[in-house]
This record gives sequence, C-alpha cells and structure tokens, in this order.
Amino acid sequence: MAVVNSAVQLDLAKKSVRELNQFLHGDLAGRGIQRVEVLNPGGVHNLAVGLDADVDVDIRGHAGYFIAGMNKQARVTVHGNVGWSVAENIMSGVVRVRGNASECAAASGHGGLVVIAGDASSRCGISMKGCDIVVGGSVGHVSAFMAQAGRLVVCGDAGTGLGDSLYEAVIYVRGKIRSLGADAREEPMTDADRAVVSRLLDQAGINHAASEFKRVASARALYHWNSDAHQAY
Amino acid sequence: MCGIIGLLVKDAGSRDSLGTLMAPMFDCMAERGPDSAGLAVFGAPVDGSLRRYSLFVGDRGYDWPAFHDAFKEQTGFDGDLRPTENHAVLVSAIEPPRFRQWLAECDPAPHLLSVGRAIDVYKDEGFPTEVARRYHFAEMQGSHCVGHTRMATESAVSPAHAHPFTAGEDFCLVHNGSLSNPYMLRRKLEAEGLCFETDNDSEAACRYLEWKMRQGESLDEAIETGFAELDGFYTLLIATADQLTLVRDAFACKPAVVAETDAYVAISSEFRSLAHLPGVADANIFEPLPEEIYSWRL
Repeated sequence: MAVVNSAVQLDLAKKSVRELNQFLHGDLAGRGIQRVEVLNPGGVHNLAVGLDADVDVDIRGHAGYFIAGMNKQARVTVHGNVGWSVAENIMSGVVRVRGNASECAAASGHGGLVVIAGDASSRCGISMKGCDIVVGGSVGHVSAFMAQAGRLVVCGDAGTGLGDSLYEAVIYVRGKIRSLGADAREEPMTDADRAVVSRLLDQAGINHAASEFKRVASARALYHWNSDAHQAY
Repeated sequence: MCGIIGLLVKDAGSRDSLGTLMAPMFDCMAERGPDSAGLAVFGAPVDGSLRRYSLFVGDRGYDWPAFHDAFKEQTGFDGDLRPTENHAVLVSAIEPPRFRQWLAECDPAPHLLSVGRAIDVYKDEGFPTEVARRYHFAEMQGSHCVGHTRMATESAVSPAHAHPFTAGEDFCLVHNGSLSNPYMLRRKLEAEGLCFETDNDSEAACRYLEWKMRQGESLDEAIETGFAELDGFYTLLIATADQLTLVRDAFACKPAVVAETDAYVAISSEFRSLAHLPGVADANIFEPLPEEIYSWRL
C-alpha cells in the first residue's frame, strides 16, 4: 500500500480482491483516507463492493462483474470497461464508468447516480428502484425492464423492448429507439422533464441539449390484471 | 455456466505461440466450468491425401504402440501416431469410413474425437487447469483454437459430453448456454441419417450446422437458418480450418467479449481471461451483439 498524491494505492497484482474490499470497509474516515486508487484490476470481479463511506475510489483499468455493487456514499470511477451488473443495487453515491458497461448496469439500483460514458449493454437499469442512470452512448435490448422508480437518460440509441413492463421510472432517449417494450410509450417532454435531463447531464459531465431527448414512460395498462386482454398487451 | 475461449493469431510467424497465449485464457475460465474441459487446435493442414484423427480412450495406461501396430497390420495403411496419455493423433492416408469401420472392431475401441486435415481435439473430465496441464495446452501450435470449460446442466459429465463437439471434417463447436429443443433437432437430423454420440444439446447444434453446410450453405447462412431453428440460450464459437465464428442468441444471456489487435483476435466469456494478452490495453474490445455473426478468416 502506497500513498501517491494523497491517494492510497492498492495494487491488485499484489493484493487480493478480499483484501481490497476489507480495506475499503475499514475506518477510512478515522484514518483520514479520502481517496483510494486501485491498480491492475485485470478484469476481475467484485471490486469495491458494499462501500459505505465518503470516499473517492479510482479503478485504473478494465474491471469485471459486480463492480461497486450495493454502493453507499462512495464515488467510484472505473477508468476502463466493466462487465455485468456494475453498481447493482446502488443505494447512494456515484459510480462512473469511463468506458463501456456490459449487461444489467445499475440493476435494481435504489438511489445515487450511475454514469456510463460509453455504451451500456442489454438490460441496463433493469428493475431500477430510484437511482438515476446516464449513458453517454447507447443501451442494449430490454433496458429499464420493470423499472420502478428513477431516471434512465440515454444519449445514444436504445435497443429493442425499451422499458418493457415499466412502472414509474422514466426514460429519456436522445437517439433512435429500436422498439418499445410492452406498456412503454413515448410521451411529450415537459419543462420539468427538460430540467431533469439538464441536471442529470450536468452531473454526468455530458454536454447535450435537453430539447433533443424523448420521454418514455409507462402507459400503466399492465398495472391491473385484465382477464379480457388475453395477454395481448 | 461454462466458459468458452477462442484465439486466432493473424501472423503466420506467431503460430508457435498460440498455446502460450491461449493457456492463461483457458486456465482463467476454469472456475466457470470445473467438471470437464476441451480444446480444438487448428494447425497447418496435412497433405491432401492424408487425414488427422484425434482419438481418446478412458484408460490412461492404454497400449498405444499395440494399437499402432494393429492399425498398420490390419488396415495395410501406414500412419504416424502421436499419443499423449489417453489421447492420440493419428495421421494417415486411410479414408474416414474405412477407419471408422476398423476402429469399431478394436477392443477396447478408442473414441474418435475429430477428423480433418487441420484439427486436433483434446477433451476429458477433470478440473480444466489439470486437463490443460495433462495434454500440454500451453505448447500447442497452430493458427487458431477454441476451448471450453464445462459446468454440466443438462446432460451427464463424461469425456464424450465435454466440448468441443465435432461433426464432418475440420468443424467444431463450443457452446455456453442451453438449448430448449435439442431433441426436436435430433429427430429431424436422425431422419436425415445423422448419428449422435451423446444426448448433449450442444452436439445437436454442432451436427445441425455442419449438416446445413453439407447442404450447400455457408457457415454464416447455416447460422442464419439456425436463428429460427435453434431455440434457447447460446454463445457459440465455431471453428473450421480457415475460420473462427462467434454468435450469440437473440437474448444474449450468455456472455462473450472480444479483444482484437493487428496480431490476434481473442474471445472469452469474460475479459479477465484476456487481461494478460500482449497489447490488450490498445485492443479493440467489444461485446458481440445478439444475433450478429462475427467471423474471422485466416
């Protein structure tokens, strides 16, 4: 463990993932640690999971699955790509990915902000429950599936089945939508929507005009079981 | 789960380092499929009159020299036999139907893993790093290879159920996922006269695609037809003597990541098994899209 430019450096060529996470779960504030750099992540899984501390964590390279899962307070930045389920079940804080993210980014996230600078793959924001997600590029198929609360902002295109079985989460898309999922519909943008998009883009550090985005929300036809619908939603 | 890997070296001068580059990829995917493992390696094709036959027997103490002598004596064909424990590669001018017929009469009969001019196959039960060590995967040379580490979900754990599966000549497939209609495919293909060696779903996919190619379709065309006929989840890596092809099903539930440089194209279930590759920091790294066919040719 070295201290460079006031950041504690942990090198995964020398330390295990468990050692890293136990260190991050320790009394960082009591030791005056505000910034941690993780070197040589090598695509491994489960880095910086379960954090509950006011700390900045920079992961220098590509990382694997479940990065920064269950995050509280911490600001975790991955300077590379991530695998499946980055920021899964995020509660608060900020998780940023400078590259691309694989499937299920921010799945089931309750709060906080997740920023994917590149593309996010399929099922981005699946079952999100209150977090905000900003994707600089495009999202894959069935993104925001069964999303219950929060906002998903997509600066590029969206794949098939966007917002399938959507609850009260709202999706904003700047590019093309390949297809909407069951019960998702495009709605007019209001001033309140534009304000939300502007604020989230600002937080994400991405520069687009809010007026370029479309709003997708639930038509709420699936809220109540209709035996006459014969599954034809 | 299951792990898959594929590697194609673009520079003919680097083919002696195929195994060195591939072995860490393979070992890293061991956790995804700890029950059995296999590898297909494609080298420079043998002369047009010859074939390569990859053979397997369960007994690691099998008397390969006696097998070799019996082969030469009973078939009248010469052949170069290179055993590695319970595997062996025979290079001979004997035609496949004649060899199969003779092999069936052996007691105990070695199992024929692959036939072709460029392909060698090794597969067995056991933890993948142990399988790789046993058959010297790190020393393999060739232009391209596909490997598989298996966590069985739908059929027995046995050497025969391990991947890669082969069909025809110089054709193999590894699969991460599960098909929901392999028996429908089998019934269709059995009616066409095809025989199956296992009840494994991936064997059905392998034989289906190779059969389509024998009907005159290109591999890409066969896969396109397969989108409608193969039902289930799959990331497939398919290799022929001069091609490596990657495809994921419409839902893309099973992972894959590609890293391509001027020197190689490397494919794995997870990026961590590619992280050691030279130049990977500057590689074009991407996740293959659903129902998009990615092919690389020699």
